[in-house]
Amino acid sequence: MDVLFYIFSAIMILFGLGVVVSRNPVTSALCLVVSFLGLAALFIQLDAFFIGIVQILVYAGAVMVLFLFIIMLLDLKSEEHQPMNYMAFAGGVILAVVFVVQLASVLSSFKAGELGFPLQQHELTLAENAEGLPEAAQERMAEEKLPDVHLVGRTIFTHFNFPLQVVAVLLLVSTIGVVILSKRKLT
Amino acid sequence: MVTLNHYLFVSGLLFTLGLTGVMLRRSLIVIFMSLEMMLSAANLSLVAFSRFNLVNGLPNYNGQALVFFIITVAAAEVAVGLAIIVALFRARQTTSVDDITSMKY
Repeated sequence: MDVLFYIFSAIMILFGLGVVVSRNPVTSALCLVVSFLGLAALFIQLDAFFIGIVQILVYAGAVMVLFLFIIMLLDLKSEEHQPMNYMAFAGGVILAVVFVVQLASVLSSFKAGELGFPLQQHELTLAENAEGLPEAAQERMAEEKLPDVHLVGRTIFTHFNFPLQVVAVLLLVSTIGVVILSKRKLT
Repeated sequence: MVTLNHYLFVSGLLFTLGLTGVMLRRSLIVIFMSLEMMLSAANLSLVAFSRFNLVNGLPNYNGQALVFFIITVAAAEVAVGLAIIVALFRARQTTSVDDITSMKY
């Protein structure tokens, strides 16, 4: 399983690099799609099946189609080779290097994170965890499988019910906002 | 063995790539894509922590609920941001940040 982690994180990082370095916006967008697919695979490796699927559907599907649609609509050309601002370039690279060095130094002193991921125990605590779950999900837990979607759904609809309603209103507001922004004449 | 630190480091690398993209690129669309990458990097560390901190032998689903909300808000943000970019392109015929230096013209 460790090999899969390295493969997918390499895919994610390399295609993420492709987003930053490629001059053609369409290439950038397609690299970002592959990078997000690698990220979704990492989510699934962390037993977050629902989040992984949502990442593919929402990001790699809807959001990136929207990006490609806008790129084609605006008919953006590749950036021409313009005289580069070396100060800005050096500043960006130095900032990135400093950030990575700091990250490495913090993580090397973070001892708690050097433990492996603990094993999941579904059966031992079945009674406490099964509360409010449908029968099918409880059977899956008894078989030592993770009914991920049921558990995420239970959390969202019980602990986070009010934020869920707020997010629904936010989506409605953003839809209306986009329609108003796209009107030709703002009066 | 893959540990929590591995995931945190990969997530930090992805965040740094996004940051570099925002700093170095000139096209608004690519800057926006880099922002999405930074958001996803934060999501990765949230999911890794949720798997690391077991509650009753199950992953901590509060973290995954937060990731769900982040993805929803990011989708709404992309829709509004791209609409603003289209409106800007109509007004100025460019999406390069070098050419957009004034608030009002």
